[in-house]
Amino acid sequence: MSHETTGARRTFITVYIALVLLTVVTVLVSYVNLGLMNVVVALLIASVKASLVALIFMHLKSEDRLVWGFALVPIAFLALIILGTLVDTLLR
Amino acid sequence: MNAPPADHGDPRVAFESAKLGLWTFLATEVLLFGALFTAYAVFRLKYPALFHSEHLKLNRVLGTLNTLVLITSSLAVALGVDAIRKGKARLLEKYYGVTVLLGAVFLCVKYIEWTEEFHHGLYPGTNIFFSLYFMLTGLHGIHVILGMGILTYVVVLSRRGRFSAGYHTPVEVSGLYWHFIDLVWIYLLPLLYLIG
Repeated sequence: MSHETTGARRTFITVYIALVLLTVVTVLVSYVNLGLMNVVVALLIASVKASLVALIFMHLKSEDRLVWGFALVPIAFLALIILGTLVDTLLR
Repeated sequence: MNAPPADHGDPRVAFESAKLGLWTFLATEVLLFGALFTAYAVFRLKYPALFHSEHLKLNRVLGTLNTLVLITSSLAVALGVDAIRKGKARLLEKYYGVTVLLGAVFLCVKYIEWTEEFHHGLYPGTNIFFSLYFMLTGLHGIHVILGMGILTYVVVLSRRGRFSAGYHTPVEVSGLYWHFIDLVWIYLLPLLYLIG
């Protein structure tokens, strides 16, 4: 638990730089009119950023399958809720 | 002597349990914010023109600035957890102190934004976009305040010498909570400020 963290600082700082760059990119892209692609690109970049935070900052990368389950199941539920609600409201 | 393998007196098992407990709590948080994200998705598809015209009224520069503030605070938390894993309590206190300060900066920027919006006659009751905007950023702001309180408490405990390389469960789980606050904002920036 305590001896395998050498080099962790370096990884965190690299991830941080990536997060800052992705933020700058997503803001710049928002000034360009891509039509519907604006939404896709913005959410894609946000998801890459979120994955970096979860995998590296929250150590999900080095967790076992049980923790992965606890992290992913709520996201699956959220997707189900959003899709279900959209199907219901848009096709009514 | 004959302790069962899942004995919670075992520090490793206790740590794993605490971590799973926090991830379970985060699951309920995902669904709490999820309800508002669902409302956002429904109304955005129903009134695309309104969402487009209204989101342009938000201050994109301040929203971006706050994103950078939160990402930086998240880095400080990650470095703080790393510090205590190596047994460096003083360093942990410094990093968590920086995080609490950045949380305060975030709230100040948010305060400036809200004041600006109220000044322009934009209130939670103005229209569905601003209802969602104030609900989402307000709920997120409450989380920032709670997170600042929790991290401050962790710093106080650390000052009392509670944590070491061998035991630092509260540091780890409070860190996870702060990263989650960062995660929510990572989605709020594009949904509210960039693509409305």
